Amino acid sequence: MAKRIDVSGLTAFYGGFKAIEDISMTVEPRTVTAFIGPSGCGKSTFLRTLNRMHEVTPGGRVEGKVMLDDENLYGSGVDPVTVRRTVGMVFQRPNPFPTMSIYDNVAAGLKLNGVRKKGELDSIVEKSLKGANLWNEVKDRLNKPGSGLSGGQQQRLCIARAIAVEPQVLLMDEPCSALDPISTLAIEDLIGELKTRFTIVIVTHNMQQAARVSDRTAFFNLAAVGQPGKLIEIDDTERIFSNPSVQATEDYISGRFG
Amino acid sequence: MTTTAPPSAAPPRAAKTVTRPGDRIFAGMSRGSGIFLLVVMAAIAVFLTVRAVSAISKDHGNFLTTFEWNAGLNPPVFGIAVLAYGTIVSSVIAMLIAVPIAVGIALFITHYAPRRVGGVLAYVIDLLAAVPSIIYGLWGAIFLVPHMKGLNLWLDTYFGWTVIFDKQDPNSAARSLFTVGILLAIMILPIITNVSREVIRQMPKMHEEAALALGATRWEVIRLSVLPFARSGIISASMLGLGRALGETMAVATVLSASPQLSAHLLDPLGGTFSQNIVAKFGEADQFGRDALIASGLVLFFITLLVNGAARLIIARRKEYSGANA
Ligand SMILES: Nc1ncnc2c1ncn2[C@@H]1O[C@H](COP(=O)(O)OP(=O)(O)OP(=O)(O)O)[C@@H](O)[C@H]1O
Ligand SMILES: [Mg+2]
Repeated sequence: MAKRIDVSGLTAFYGGFKAIEDISMTVEPRTVTAFIGPSGCGKSTFLRTLNRMHEVTPGGRVEGKVMLDDENLYGSGVDPVTVRRTVGMVFQRPNPFPTMSIYDNVAAGLKLNGVRKKGELDSIVEKSLKGANLWNEVKDRLNKPGSGLSGGQQQRLCIARAIAVEPQVLLMDEPCSALDPISTLAIEDLIGELKTRFTIVIVTHNMQQAARVSDRTAFFNLAAVGQPGKLIEIDDTERIFSNPSVQATEDYISGRFG
Repeated sequence: MTTTAPPSAAPPRAAKTVTRPGDRIFAGMSRGSGIFLLVVMAAIAVFLTVRAVSAISKDHGNFLTTFEWNAGLNPPVFGIAVLAYGTIVSSVIAMLIAVPIAVGIALFITHYAPRRVGGVLAYVIDLLAAVPSIIYGLWGAIFLVPHMKGLNLWLDTYFGWTVIFDKQDPNSAARSLFTVGILLAIMILPIITNVSREVIRQMPKMHEEAALALGATRWEVIRLSVLPFARSGIISASMLGLGRALGETMAVATVLSASPQLSAHLLDPLGGTFSQNIVAKFGEADQFGRDALIASGLVLFFITLLVNGAARLIIARRKEYSGANA
C-alpha cells in the first residue's frame, strides 16, 4: 500500500524562473513528513512535483528523479494521469466539486478508475467518509451538495475523496490554513490515523502543527527573492525542533526571521 | 514634517453622513438615466400595445391560428400561425447546430489549443461576431442556398423517411427553414462561443486541480469540473444566441422564400418568420396593416420573454449546486 518516496537532484522551473533547486530527500512509508519554511521558498512547488501536478502550470518543468519505490515518476513513458491516481493531493482551500453531491464527490475518483457497481461504491464511500471522520456528520445527507458543508467539513470531504482511491501517498498543501482551531484539530487527529495506511507529506506554516503531526520535518529556505528555494535540512521532527544542525533552521523555528 | 499626517482628532459631530458634490451629481445622474430608461420603455410598450390591440380587435379571422397574412384580401387576414412556427423551428435548428459546436470551440480554445493558436482563434471569432447581419444574409442567398443542394438531396435520400427531411420537390431551391436554421446557426455561433469561452476561462483553477489530482484525463477534467461549473453560463450564452436567432430579420428575409404554409417538410421552400414578415409587408401596408404587424412583433417579444424566463428557471433550479457558495 504505502510506498517510499526517494527524490534526487530535483529542480523545478516556471518558464525561465528556477523555483527550487537540487532537492534530494527520502520519505519512508507510513510516516508523516512536514515541510516548513518561509513563504515563497518553494514548498508547494516541490510538493506538486511529487504527483506531477507542477507541469499542469503553464511553463512548469522539472529536472531530476522522483522514485516511488522503484518506479521513476518522471521516467519516459510514465503517464502523469496514472501517477496522480497513486499519489493523492489535498489542497489549501477545500475544493469539492461544487455541482456534485457529497456521495458523488467521494465516488468521483472511483468512477474514474472504473468502479461502477453500486454496492461497491456505497461501501467505499462509507469507508472513506468514516476514514475522514465525516461519516456521522453527513450520513443523512449524502445526496446534498458538497459545497453546502462548512469549510472544515469540506476539507474532510476532500480528504475522503482523496483516500477513496487508496493512493500510495497523500500530499497535503496547508490543509488547515483555511480552518478554525477545532476543525484543524480534527484534521490533525485524522492525519495520525491515516499514517497507518498512507505515506503522508504535509506543508504547514504552523510550527506547533508540524511538531504535533509529523515524524520528520524538512526545512526549506531561499537565499534571496528571485533565488531558487533549497532544502536546508530534513531530520526527525524532535531533533529539528530541539537541536537542528543548521543555524538557519533554528532561527526560523524560534521566529527570528521568515 | 512627516509624510503621513498624524490622525487628527475628529471634532464631535452629529451622526450625519457626509455627501460630497461628486456623490450627489453621480447619484442624480444614475437615478435620472434609470428613470428616463423606464419612461421610454413604458412609452414604447404603451404605444405598441395600443396599436396592436386596435388591430387585433378589428381582425376578422383568428389572429393566433390563421395561416395567412394578407392585407390585400377583403376583409384582410392576419394570422401568425405560420410565422410563429417558422420562427421557432428555424431558431431550434440553429440552436441544435450552434450550441454544441460553440461549446466545442470554446473548450478547444481554453483547454486544447496551444496558447497562441487559441488567441488567434478567439480573435477571429470576435471579428465574426461583428459582421453585420445583412452580410450574412447576402452570403446566405448567394452562396449558401445554391450549395445546400447536395446536402438536401443526401438528407432527402437517406433520411426522407423522417418526414422532416423529405423534400417534396427535389428541384426546388433550398430557400427553406432548414437553410435559414443553418445560416442562423453560423450567425449566433460567435456570440455563444465568446460568452462560453469567457465563462470557462474565469473558472477558478482550484476546481480543475481537484479533478486533475484525482488522476482525471483532460476530457474527464472537462466533464467533472469545467462543464458543471460553466453550465449556467453556457445556458445564458445560448439564450443570447437564441434571442438573436428569434429576432433575426435580414438574413432570413434574403434566404427564405416565404409562403403561408405550415409544413413539417423542413427542406421545402415554405414558411416565414415574424421579423421576415414584418420587413416584407411593412412598406406596402396601410395604417391597419401596420398595426397588425406591430401586434405580430409583440407576439415575438412574448416568445422571447418566455424563452428567457425558462432559461432562468433552469439556472435557478440548480442554484444550490452552482459553484457560487463553494
Ligand atoms: N504559477 C506560477 N508561475 C510563476 N511563478 C510561480 C508560480 N507559482 C509559484 N511561483 C513562484 O515560485 C516560487 C515558489 O512558490 P511556492 O508557491 O512553491 O512557495 P511556497 O513555499 O509554497 O509559499 P507559501 O508558503 O506562501 O505557500 C515563488 O517565488 C513563486 O513566486
Ligand atoms: Mg504554498
